[in-house]
Amino acid sequence: MSLDNGGVAYGEDALLHELGYRNATDLQETIYDLLRTIRDPEKPCTLEDLNVIYEDGIFVMPPTRSNVSVRIEFNPTVPHCSLATLIGLCIRIKVERSLPHNIKLDIYIKKGAHQTEEEINKQINDKERIAAAMENPNLSELVENCIKDEE
Amino acid sequence: MGRLILEHTLQGHKGRIWGVAWHPKGNSFASCGEDKSIRVWSLSGNTWSTKTILSDGHKRTIREVRWSPCGEYLASASFDATTAIWSKHECNATLEGHENEVKSVSWSRSGGLLATCSRDKSVWIWEVAGDDEFECAAVLNAHTQDVKRVVWHPNKEILASASYDNTIKMFAESALDSDWDCTATLNSHTSTVWSIDFDADGERLVSCSDDKTLKIWRAYHPGNAAGVATPEKTTVWKCVCTLGGQHSRAIYDVSWCKLTGLIATACGDDGVRIFKESSDSNQDAPTFELLTAEESAHEQDVNAVEWNPVTAGQLMSCSDDGTIKIWNLQE
Repeated sequence: MSLDNGGVAYGEDALLHELGYRNATDLQETIYDLLRTIRDPEKPCTLEDLNVIYEDGIFVMPPTRSNVSVRIEFNPTVPHCSLATLIGLCIRIKVERSLPHNIKLDIYIKKGAHQTEEEINKQINDKERIAAAMENPNLSELVENCIKDEE
Repeated sequence: MGRLILEHTLQGHKGRIWGVAWHPKGNSFASCGEDKSIRVWSLSGNTWSTKTILSDGHKRTIREVRWSPCGEYLASASFDATTAIWSKHECNATLEGHENEVKSVSWSRSGGLLATCSRDKSVWIWEVAGDDEFECAAVLNAHTQDVKRVVWHPNKEILASASYDNTIKMFAESALDSDWDCTATLNSHTSTVWSIDFDADGERLVSCSDDKTLKIWRAYHPGNAAGVATPEKTTVWKCVCTLGGQHSRAIYDVSWCKLTGLIATACGDDGVRIFKESSDSNQDAPTFELLTAEESAHEQDVNAVEWNPVTAGQLMSCSDDGTIKIWNLQE
């Protein structure tokens, strides 16, 4: 029955509505707005200017009863980019800190865009490594500089 | 069917709580987290409250705390690269040697040995030489990546370690030269192994992983009845069961109850789940059933679970949401 499908769709959106989003696209745009102003660790540009992040790379997964989960893909400028891990860290910290609610984030390098893609993906999704990195004063300063709002 | 009844929700730490550990007597416990402090809780009447806060031992996150089997000492592993040993609210000793974050610490059954592991890929074994004296007995460099967890066998001096290199390794002291050797490598998980725990007699091990599965491993000794080959007369650990499909994100911790045989898991999907071995389970290919799932046990990732060692059915969990919860399983 068509009612069943309608029921599921309503259920999926219910959690997003509760968090104040019109729908999945609204959440996607909100996250993109947070990410576009992150500065590149090396160049005087934003991740949006360099096409490292793009709206189509943000995927809002079908929410479960209690969790919103989002997958973010980014495209390092060069396949041997040594700062890809740092960029991944900036993306996570910016989103987690800016959204007023909890979210499950999975951050990945665009498939084929980096020589050590799998290694970096594993590292930037390991919560223990992330927590320890943010307690490292040098690393945390780099992240803060990249994600702070423009004066 | 079973049901987890929430008995207490405890707050006190600021921020993420990484670890909880029951005192061997089961009437108090310790917790630790990103606020760099340890809290010791105990029950008076029907209320759990913080009796002591140990806050001057570590400069960074405290990842794990463990009581010595006698209950006199508490060991804490920290991202500041040290392990501290506490007794009666005082820091007795600070173990240095790891190059970076210490992830886990474990006391052997006798209390005479301590193991630690780190992101520096090494596992260290320390001999307890006195009240505040610890001597490094071995530095084991068998893993190729970050070592996440160390756990001693419940009655033998065998150490198990779990790693970001997707494997679990077993270590034992060689009778020939009294060197510590890696005696087994357990390969099957396809991503980081976050935690491991032995069953009551140490003949089986359960592991949980970033690959969202639980695995049960069984020890096959030389001359075993099942006919499993044991090259060089060394015990072989074989994966005899994989539980997939129940967890939707990484599984951060697993606890195998020594009293009831039940397995509890802590998951990145905020859930706590309980598994029970089927009554018709075959020892070489056991089957486990999901007894109950508390899908929203916490508001964020659940980082640790531990069964009370004395009170059967009592379970403790802690989370990124800054709370500790005490549950009672009703079967």
